[in-house]
Amino acid sequence: MHPICSLPIRSCVVSCLSSALLWMPVGPEATPSTLAPASTPAFEIHALSLFVLSITGCIFLTVAGLLTYVIIKYRTKQADRLSEPAQIYGSTQIELAWTVIPVLIVIVLFLTTARLIFAIQDAPEPESALDVTVIGHQFWWEVRYPKLGIITANELHVPRSSEQAPVPTYLALLSADVDHSFWIPQLAGKTDLIPNHPNATWINPLAPGLYLGQCAQFCGAQHALMLLRVYVDDPDQFSTWVKNQQQPAVEDPRVTEGRQVFETQPCMSCHAIQGTAATGRFGPDLTHLMSRETIGSGAADNNVQNLKGWIRDPASLKRGCLMPAMQLNDQQLDQVTEYLATLR
Amino acid sequence: MGENSLRLPSSIDLAPSRRFTETFPEWLHEWVVTVDHKRLGMLYIVYAIFFLLVAGAQAIAIRIQLAFPGNHFLVAQAYNRFFTMHGTTMVFLVGMPILFGFGNYVVPLQIGARDMAYPRLNAFSFWLTAFGGLFLYYSFLGGGGLYGVGTAPDVGWWAYAPLTAKAFSPGHATDYWALALIASGFGTLGTAINIIATVISMRCKGMTMMRLPLFSWLMLVVSSLTLITITPLTAAQIMLVIDRYLGGHFFDTQAGGSAVIWMHFFWIFGHPEVYVLVLPAFAIANEVIPVFSRKAIFGYPAMVAASVGIAFISLSVWAHHMFTVGMTSVSNTFFVLSTMMVGIPTGIKIFNWLATMWGGKIRFATPMLFCTAFLYQFLIAGLTGIMLSVAPWNWQLHNSYFVIAHFHYVLVGAIVFCIFGAIYYWYPKATGRMLDEKLGKWHFWLFLIGFHVTFDTMHFVGILGMPRSIYTYQPDRGWNTLNLIVSSGGIIQGVAVLLFAINLIWSYFYGQEAGNDPWDAWTLEWGTSSPPPPYNFAEDPVVRSRRPLWDLKHPEDPDWEYES
Repeated sequence: MHPICSLPIRSCVVSCLSSALLWMPVGPEATPSTLAPASTPAFEIHALSLFVLSITGCIFLTVAGLLTYVIIKYRTKQADRLSEPAQIYGSTQIELAWTVIPVLIVIVLFLTTARLIFAIQDAPEPESALDVTVIGHQFWWEVRYPKLGIITANELHVPRSSEQAPVPTYLALLSADVDHSFWIPQLAGKTDLIPNHPNATWINPLAPGLYLGQCAQFCGAQHALMLLRVYVDDPDQFSTWVKNQQQPAVEDPRVTEGRQVFETQPCMSCHAIQGTAATGRFGPDLTHLMSRETIGSGAADNNVQNLKGWIRDPASLKRGCLMPAMQLNDQQLDQVTEYLATLR
Repeated sequence: MGENSLRLPSSIDLAPSRRFTETFPEWLHEWVVTVDHKRLGMLYIVYAIFFLLVAGAQAIAIRIQLAFPGNHFLVAQAYNRFFTMHGTTMVFLVGMPILFGFGNYVVPLQIGARDMAYPRLNAFSFWLTAFGGLFLYYSFLGGGGLYGVGTAPDVGWWAYAPLTAKAFSPGHATDYWALALIASGFGTLGTAINIIATVISMRCKGMTMMRLPLFSWLMLVVSSLTLITITPLTAAQIMLVIDRYLGGHFFDTQAGGSAVIWMHFFWIFGHPEVYVLVLPAFAIANEVIPVFSRKAIFGYPAMVAASVGIAFISLSVWAHHMFTVGMTSVSNTFFVLSTMMVGIPTGIKIFNWLATMWGGKIRFATPMLFCTAFLYQFLIAGLTGIMLSVAPWNWQLHNSYFVIAHFHYVLVGAIVFCIFGAIYYWYPKATGRMLDEKLGKWHFWLFLIGFHVTFDTMHFVGILGMPRSIYTYQPDRGWNTLNLIVSSGGIIQGVAVLLFAINLIWSYFYGQEAGNDPWDAWTLEWGTSSPPPPYNFAEDPVVRSRRPLWDLKHPEDPDWEYES
């Protein structure tokens, strides 16, 4: 692999140019770059940022150029200094000139910015929009689809939108404990999740795929591993996903022992599994645990081995997370892991 | 009385003897009980440099942890404590004390006064601030309670509610944080009152407000701003302590309190605080740039007006730290406008410095090198500030490494550079010896390179989506190379600061003799001996212009003929 090619800047510059010049949505990228927008608010923000960047860039070149000129032109060695230079105390005309020009620049920047603030923040929610509620917890995301009756965690699925048939997703943002912030750079700017202060944001993604982000407001010990994944699905994929999530939990008779362990140990006081006695809400809903690709809010891949390690001692994967080590014996551990592994 | 009653003091030997004739306890006692503004100023500065090294070491630890993805140098909790203490220390135990230290040392000398207006209040304020700092650091031992292993605050230097509530931050670490800042806040208020009183009422004969050197003018503005801004912080800390110990619910969201109110209190302190820190940096540049360009400052009245304007506007911009908390579109728009408006007086200042240098004969001694770098870096910091004020773009950049890069450009690129410049500039006055120029140039160039390697790169990491306050990151995000570059720059800066510390100590004993006026400068502090005697001047100076020593050196072409 060429080291230069692996630099993220290069791919970002390419995607930045393509999206700016062709107004083409780029797909998801491993680097959650603000320069590779794939959804409506992120597009407009990106376009505005290029405009502001060009103005500030011009200011920088002008002033830094003048400064460099002055430094080169007027530098003196100590020995050359025979007399003091002419003393100039000021000039009202010049002061006026370099006050008025910045004022004009500020007016332009302000009006452009104000227009976009209102366009994004006060956009009315269309009939076709999908409603999702995201609730921040230390250190994971609870995701609810109130109209579809789905509760899941850490991984959002939303339908791909399009110019012809827009299906934007409107997100209500709440917090169960401390401040968090919802940020998927390729889709939209961030909005905070604040307890006792409901917030909202929206996205209108145009290209399918997995978009990465993470909590952007320091929320305690494991703020760094409060990762967030948004899957933008094609419409039929999305409806398949919805149908699966709406089912109650799989009941596999081969793992009855595991289910009993789950329901007789403290697991059920924090976790819910639809159709069983487990109705806890302190931790993520596990009804369709295996439909998710990660555990621990992105701390590890979701496979049997990691799952077992997590149940034995969550701190080994995510030190400081609020789930305690469950103190199960090896047999119980195997049984409960096998049970959870059936929850597709 | 003649036109210029100020005499150069060469005729009278005022310099106190540098030979140690007293015992160590006597020497220590003198420093502890001193009410002399010069000694207190130096105490402030030494105290701040000590904590600069401490918080700098924390920054290095933070950068080692982030040099590689999934690194295990610091565990999450330790990392969180380190960045909390790094921020708190740098703002409250380094920035504020060092700038007030310069205010203390230079202002009375510059206005021809014998001391501050309230020397005892001055000593009280310093020791209160010092106590605050030690109290904060005692949390490493006492924060976990008597039975615990000890801990430091880990809630971020902004300490957003409700993470600071008992439920989420048990133990005493957060209490140490709140109480230490209340204590040092009172110290800061005392010094601010003192500087205001000194500048208003202790100016020497002939020094009208429009002849006041710009350094002292800006310290007056800063102190007034401090009085307004420390108050809401102290109020918020008291409310926090009430919440934690007396069952209050100001910020307790579970009981109807408001997390957003804390943010408002914190940032109506926190943003003017930036100007409390950066205006003294401007003040330093206002002294250094004219002297080393050999020209009077260009547009003195405009500089005064711009400083007052910045202080005034800075009181109405705080919520630009809160564009993502869900304010209404109208509020967001208001704070966009007020924030962008700060750019106007700031621009005026940069242009005036440029015009001061224009047509001058610029000597690039170390103080001027630092101030020149400051001009470039402050320009960039201002422009990234404009970018961040664009609320929709801020929704992307807020709490990302772009913001970290931006405010370090202000705090390091502008303020720390100016502080280094100031130390090279006034060290000869305070000690009678020059700092070594060769070591100074090494310090400057290494620090400049380290600074840019670290903080230029940091902008890109932020644009690529890396949030702040995370102790580790995923290896597949494409941030690895950039973070390694950022961290390596941190090491270079660390080496530069060590060279500086060596220079401070070496030059104290072996530096070249400075004389009264090594820079051929124009303000009154250079008209007395180095170091100045107790009570500063042999006789009370009388001035007729902004540059009394210029008038003295150029009787054929004095300033007062041109100043209106």
